[in-house]
Amino acid sequence: MSIGLFDIMGPITIGPSSSHTAGAVRIGLVCRMLLEDEVKSAKITFYGSFADTYHGHGTDKAVVGGLLGFRTDNEKIRESLRLAEFRGLSYEFHTADDPKLHPNTVLIEASSREKTVRVQGASVGGGAIRITEINGMPVQISFVEDTLILFHRDAPGVLASIAHILSSNGYNIGNLRLSRTRREGDVITVVETDVPVDGTTAGQLCSVESVSEAVVIPHF
Amino acid sequence: MDIPSIDYLLDETAKNGQPIWQVVLREEQSDSGSSQESVLERAMVTYEVMKNAAMSGIASDMKSVSGLTGGDAAKYYNYLRNHKSLLGSMESRAVAYALGTSGYNAAMGVVVACPTAGAAGIVPGVLIAAQEEYGFSDREAVYGLLTASAIGGVVATRATISGAAGGCQAECGTACAMAAAALVEVMGGSPRQCTDAAALALKNCLGLACDPVAGLVEVPCVKRNGVYAVMAISAADMALAGIRSFIPLDEVIDAMYQIGCAMPSCIRETAEGGLATTPTGLAAKRRMF
Ligand code: SF4
Repeated sequence: MSIGLFDIMGPITIGPSSSHTAGAVRIGLVCRMLLEDEVKSAKITFYGSFADTYHGHGTDKAVVGGLLGFRTDNEKIRESLRLAEFRGLSYEFHTADDPKLHPNTVLIEASSREKTVRVQGASVGGGAIRITEINGMPVQISFVEDTLILFHRDAPGVLASIAHILSSNGYNIGNLRLSRTRREGDVITVVETDVPVDGTTAGQLCSVESVSEAVVIPHF
Repeated sequence: MDIPSIDYLLDETAKNGQPIWQVVLREEQSDSGSSQESVLERAMVTYEVMKNAAMSGIASDMKSVSGLTGGDAAKYYNYLRNHKSLLGSMESRAVAYALGTSGYNAAMGVVVACPTAGAAGIVPGVLIAAQEEYGFSDREAVYGLLTASAIGGVVATRATISGAAGGCQAECGTACAMAAAALVEVMGGSPRQCTDAAALALKNCLGLACDPVAGLVEVPCVKRNGVYAVMAISAADMALAGIRSFIPLDEVIDAMYQIGCAMPSCIRETAEGGLATTPTGLAAKRRMF
């Protein structure tokens, strides 16, 4: 396993806890990047240790800070709840229990003007995260690589088209995983690439029949 | 960086006649594809953030978010300015900066998690104090940081750096080992002396529980950073004197992991045991929630 120098000597983050604050900011940020727009409302549910200590650790401010687009080192996170109200982001916090989940887990159901996304993620230590569910589909994403997330229908040939578009644009696929819902037909495909996929390629991917969305999230 | 063991790291240094920090720099360069100079620049920025946190912490008596702690670094700093402390000038500064960083962290200030936010005071505390005492450059201080990161990286790869998984020995213990190695590096010690210092430091943190009051990174964490900064300096001093660790660092790390796995979960960050469940700890928690 390879580990980054600036993951050990870092991340640069507001305190007080890399797992309760930095990791939480990053999970909020993932939601925002998936919505690709300002977040208008969010229902945030904390589990385990997050549920017990979110107030004292500022995990609430951290998640909302991430939803507002702040990086872990942004001191405005301390004021994020007030800033959220000012910027028209309404939020509510809940706590729940599920011993099957990692003790530092949060579920965020967030909406922009046009879209809604449901993201569950765990903060696994030192600021590292693992997104475990998107829209009810199990995934495993940690964003240590540049990541492309494709939402599409389960149809023959889709994967081949995706792979073809990526390779003809010169992208090397490091890893590709596919998740299905129990519900018929919806699929999320997560692709890790060596460099972030550009907008033109993402556009081509979206024009594949049965692909509804392609979101590029560079490693962070 | 892909450094599976301390043995591997020492082999690499011996093969090329390089110090540990150069091996780290080479690894990071080949991983990230950026030039050595830009890696060093980013490390300098990181060191700046460390200094800012330490200085902000000693200069203010800001309270933590929960109100549980705050002001200890300022108190110690004022004491240093007006009294002759029991510790020498370098050790006492290390305590001040470690307390400052941790207090700043508890008040949601910007810190460098090193290796975690809870243990963020130890490495900068030691390094900044040593820099003031011996007057080396920021660039040399950064070499120390790189060496520290190699040690932390091996711990994260072979064991864990998370208090929830391995107790505080994994967080403050790792930070203490990193700081000891960094100090030996900047003082011109050999790679072997760096890892011996880290081994001596980590050995003396084994079994350390993670039992924070109310589950917050404050009690005992803030003051622990101060005390473990001094431990790192003693370990480094012994290693510089040529004292070897009887148990090599790889084996100490494995022992730390084994102990962490054997710890009951009540002393692994759950706040269900130890200091967290003392009458005073519980009363503090009741007042807060
Ligand atoms: S006691 Fe626990 S929370 Fe506090 S510094 Fe140690 S590992 Fe972190």
